[in-house]
Amino acid sequence: MAKDVLILAERAEDRLALVSSELCGVGRKLAGETGGALVAVLLGGAGTQELAKGLIALGADKVIAAESNHLKGYTNTLYTQVTDAAVGQVSPSIFLVANTSIGRDVAPRIAFRRGASYAYDCTELSIENGRLAAVRPVFGGSAISHVRSRTEALAVACTRAKAFPLAEVQQGRSGEITSLEVKVESGAVKMSFVETKYVEAEGVRLEDAEIVVSGGRGLGGAENFSYLQALAKVLKAAVGASRAAVDAGWAPTQIQVGQTGKIVGPNLYIAVGISGAMQHMVGAGPSKNIVAINTDPEAPIFQRAKYGVVGDYRKVIPAFTKKCEELLKN
Amino acid sequence: MDIVVCIKQVQDPDIPPRDFKVDEEKMMVVPPANVPPVISTFDENAIEAAIQLKEAKGGKITVVTMGGDKAKDSLKKCLAMGCDEAVLLQDPAFDGSDAFGVARALAAAVRKIGKFDILMCGRLSSDWSYGTTPLALAEALNLPSVTQLQKIEARDGGLRCERALEDGVEVVDVSTPCLLTVSNEMNNPRLPSVKGILTASRKQIPLWKAADLGVDAGSVGAGAATLELTKLYKPVFTGQCEFITGETLEEAAENLALRLRADKII
Repeated sequence: MAKDVLILAERAEDRLALVSSELCGVGRKLAGETGGALVAVLLGGAGTQELAKGLIALGADKVIAAESNHLKGYTNTLYTQVTDAAVGQVSPSIFLVANTSIGRDVAPRIAFRRGASYAYDCTELSIENGRLAAVRPVFGGSAISHVRSRTEALAVACTRAKAFPLAEVQQGRSGEITSLEVKVESGAVKMSFVETKYVEAEGVRLEDAEIVVSGGRGLGGAENFSYLQALAKVLKAAVGASRAAVDAGWAPTQIQVGQTGKIVGPNLYIAVGISGAMQHMVGAGPSKNIVAINTDPEAPIFQRAKYGVVGDYRKVIPAFTKKCEELLKN
Repeated sequence: MDIVVCIKQVQDPDIPPRDFKVDEEKMMVVPPANVPPVISTFDENAIEAAIQLKEAKGGKITVVTMGGDKAKDSLKKCLAMGCDEAVLLQDPAFDGSDAFGVARALAAAVRKIGKFDILMCGRLSSDWSYGTTPLALAEALNLPSVTQLQKIEARDGGLRCERALEDGVEVVDVSTPCLLTVSNEMNNPRLPSVKGILTASRKQIPLWKAADLGVDAGSVGAGAATLELTKLYKPVFTGQCEFITGETLEEAAENLALRLRADKII
């Protein structure tokens, strides 16, 4: 019986994406339980072979590098084909991907094709009676489900960002790197990559920020994000938004925090005019300290906050900003 | 441009958290009393996207769902918004299907519908969020797929799609027929018009059973599921919020800053 654990590692431009480290960490743990090897597959354009070495240092025993100009930009068709070829080569018992625009786009197809089980958006993974078991928040985070694979064959799972600790870097660790040939049948192409347009974050990036100031429906209008921007400038914070604010057209989609937006884990998360719907808290939940400012004392956000102020943010935020500026000068 | 949209009816995701109930024994979510089920949030974005494409390019929209009799209400809403036809997949054989089972039944229904250019789905359901059905459906029908779209532009022989990424936008060209998924980035769904509601009320919704679809009962339902549920519960948050006050709101704000400073959080 197959015992190996395969992970789909990812690149972020010229380095390994952080999720690759999260996958290596949990993959290493599961491989320890199955008694198999940890194998990683990495796809991309030039430089992929070189980056593969980094995965060995993160705990992979073997890395399959698929380097091709055709893989520089993402298309579902080719990424699925190449990733599936790696799954076929390794015949793992467990295949893990991260919940990214690539991982969650490729894994369901491979699982369906191979008659495997598939658990999406997992926050915990373990082995129970020889089967892969997962914890998955459902109903937008309002309920927690525990699921277990029913199949003897492959179990596929997709991991939620920031739910698993990063792997420890062990320089000098040795492992095998092999390359996977990428064949493109010209007649079979149904998709082609055109370009990626990156939206540059103004100031601090949400994912990297130590402090996040986020606004929701309670702000009442796009122009009122200026209150948050002024505070963010003083605190060197990133600005986020709830889905309600994005849907209203007050904030760009790239700064949405929540189940289908970004998951952030800053030291301080300041929620302004955000009721605290579960879907939002999925994204803000990993924050170490939550501060809420809301006119409704019954808003669910206060159940998750360390400190709260009940009242109009138009009065609270300017005074808070001024005091913070004063305190941070000293 | 003929479009098929697959939707799911779910319990209203916007009910207050205190009304959200779980029966841990039966491992079931207990639907709130007196709150009607709704179309899953992103599926409504898919319906809206389909209607906008139809308005621009012409064609026909068929909506498909699997469910009980109540699911007809959601299909009627889609017809009232501007879809042309609706089909309900209903059979005891479908009960307990996982996302792959649902995808097999939907794939058979799409084959029975016949010709189409675009198959459209919401990115993720508001209830069990398997995040699986649309891509499994594309796989079952051997279609190319582009997910989490924020813009679609029809071009000769295909579509130019803008996909919302974590840090930007990815532009890809795809040939039709294809599967597309959308979420809230795409649009704001319209409300049905009075005329639309009247038109929808006159339309018949056919029921298709597993046998009508040629679906092998062993490939759907609880028996075919590859994942089993072993536990279901509401998360407990024990945190205690400390409300910071003052003579005025401005003073409360200053006290908050002082407290965060004292805690070395800022």
